[in-house]
Amino acid sequence: MNNKNVISRNTKLEDNNYKWGFDFNFNPDNAPKGLSEDIVKLISKKKNEPKWLLDWRLKSLNLWFKNEDNEPEWANIKFPKIDFQDIRYYSSPTNKPNPKSLDEVDPEMLKAFTKLGIPLEEQKKLSGVAVDAIMDSVSVATTYQKQLEDAGVIFCPISEAVQKYPELVQKYLGSVVPYSDNFYATLNSAVFTDGSFIYVPPGVRCPVELMTYFRINELDTGQFERTLIIADKGSYVSYLEGCTAPFRKTNQLHAAVVELIALEDAEIKYSTLQNWFPGDKNGIGGVYNFVTKRGKCAGKNSKISWTQVETGSAITWKYPSVILQGDNSIGEFYSVALVNNFQQADTGTKMIHIGKNTKSTIIAKGISAGKANSTYRGMVKILPSAKNARNFTQCDSLLIGDKCGAHTIPYIEVKNPTAQLEHEATTSKVSDNQLFYTQQRGISLEDANYMIVNGFCKGIFKELPFEFAIEASQLLRVSLEGAVG
Amino acid sequence: MTNNKIILEIKNLNASVANTQILKDFNLTMNMGEKHTIMGPNGSGKSTLANILAGNPEYIVDSGEINFLGQTLLDKDPDIRACLGLFLAFQYPVELPGVRMWQFLKSSIDSQREYNGKDPLSTKDFDSILNECAEKVDISQDFLKRNVNEGFSGGEKKRNEILQLTLINPKLAILDETDSGLDIDALKIVSNGIENFSSPNNSVLLVTHYQRILNYVKPDYVHVMIDGKIVKSGDKSLALELEKKGYDWLSKK
Repeated sequence: MNNKNVISRNTKLEDNNYKWGFDFNFNPDNAPKGLSEDIVKLISKKKNEPKWLLDWRLKSLNLWFKNEDNEPEWANIKFPKIDFQDIRYYSSPTNKPNPKSLDEVDPEMLKAFTKLGIPLEEQKKLSGVAVDAIMDSVSVATTYQKQLEDAGVIFCPISEAVQKYPELVQKYLGSVVPYSDNFYATLNSAVFTDGSFIYVPPGVRCPVELMTYFRINELDTGQFERTLIIADKGSYVSYLEGCTAPFRKTNQLHAAVVELIALEDAEIKYSTLQNWFPGDKNGIGGVYNFVTKRGKCAGKNSKISWTQVETGSAITWKYPSVILQGDNSIGEFYSVALVNNFQQADTGTKMIHIGKNTKSTIIAKGISAGKANSTYRGMVKILPSAKNARNFTQCDSLLIGDKCGAHTIPYIEVKNPTAQLEHEATTSKVSDNQLFYTQQRGISLEDANYMIVNGFCKGIFKELPFEFAIEASQLLRVSLEGAVG
Repeated sequence: MTNNKIILEIKNLNASVANTQILKDFNLTMNMGEKHTIMGPNGSGKSTLANILAGNPEYIVDSGEINFLGQTLLDKDPDIRACLGLFLAFQYPVELPGVRMWQFLKSSIDSQREYNGKDPLSTKDFDSILNECAEKVDISQDFLKRNVNEGFSGGEKKRNEILQLTLINPKLAILDETDSGLDIDALKIVSNGIENFSSPNNSVLLVTHYQRILNYVKPDYVHVMIDGKIVKSGDKSLALELEKKGYDWLSKK
């Protein structure tokens, strides 16, 4: 009988295929588990924060306690209820956080990041990329400081920005994602620990790509990073974030908030390679990635572009969005979301058109393999003020095997008759004919599958900076292992 | 041309598709350096044979043996068969959206080299070989920048198969109705490709419905296949006889 079915053959995926899964032994400075006013005060004290910030955190915490039983349930994802008192909200891998220079960084830590492929030592820096490395709750090193200072660009841990540039932080923190925005954003506002802060002064084109590398290491620790990027008038910045976590049998929570502000004529390009631990092949463990990312095109002719390649996490719940407030502003969202085995992803974007002649583009590619489910959920909203707004949306889904699922849920709300919207959607399958044809040319089944999936994603990868595009493509390969064969 | 070294030996092959038996005790032996043509009416099992040789998992072998250059083929995956030197030019070449021709061809060559213990070709070396092959089959540079078979015309797809044949330079080329649907100019290019490829160190198995291509490709043997087996073998004159009389006189025997 014909048993060519691509999925049912022996899968080769082993847990150790997640090559970022090793864990490091540091002497961590851990707060006790659980969420309370005391914990929030402790975090704030550890970070030596001003009173306004502590007050903001406490306001958030109180709101969160009020809504504690109202976790959002509308997403197409399933998971057991999270015990928020069983999570550790602060963990610092060393007792001396925030080193002043690389000399002060724990050599073990440098070794750890080198093992992850992120060299921080001066002589080995990634060329042309300034890196801020964050382990658990604390930023451990930022490279290329000198060049950035010369250009006037501020790129530092947000905890440091709170000390050095309190006016900027106070002015913009929560201005795009208010603390009351949603359940996880509220939680983040109460307990956020670290993250990156970027300010690009007027007219400056940031000379290097800025990158933050996040890693959750400590067991039972949540990561609640907060990133704030401000591109002042006429400036440009390209920012990359990469994420990994060790292999853990229990689920780890990652609830970040990212806020971008582009003033007049400014442009922010934000790229993500999300490779948190996805859980093993039986669906045990993995990171819950519940993230709120939003940018505001505050000024005229500004532009914000999100590019994401999401291959990790047991569950992904994120909708990087753009508020198109300034006239002629542009919002873009390019996404590849790949799910395999038991992973779930409910991801997409929101484009809120407010200003005149605003334009948005959404290109989302979803790939499902194994028993995984992916959902594209997107909203395009044209407000009455948004004269001549334009949107183009394209959602493509690719299925590998016959036990996975792909769903597309677009919401469109138009309140101005001059708007023009286009929506295209396709669903296709990696066909047996395509695999056979490619194999007949001497290419292995795994490579054939990878080549076809890579072809499907090509339009997105070209939006990534070059090195990142290569890494994204490699991530895809690793994530697809065992999907056919 | 023949040097008496057996390249392909098919013994008592029985095979089916979707539970219907197509090949029935099929036998064929080919020597190195020979060109064989298999002709036959629609549904006689010609394409099944080509797909089975290449290892298409949709076709199920029920019994029998296939030896290729002294190795048994039936336990090998399609990519391994390709690396051993077996090439199939597809009747319906498949589109690979987003996959560039260049990348596809480079991966193909490098995978086969790797299997055979050779280092991958440098981009420069590969490009010069590719350009030489493309010129031979009258394929332009623009063509190589396109995605594999995506938006190609029928003739372009077939020429692409011949380009790959020329580039990969296998031991055994199986051409599954590569001539069907071609206009006379394309047919000449395809035929020239096959004739240029053919040498004492390789063999060609040409599966076709029409005698037409045999005006350009000169086979050593012509076999007539009806209802899953070879019912008559001969030289080129058999093809001309078929042209005149059709297949009916053979199937009635």
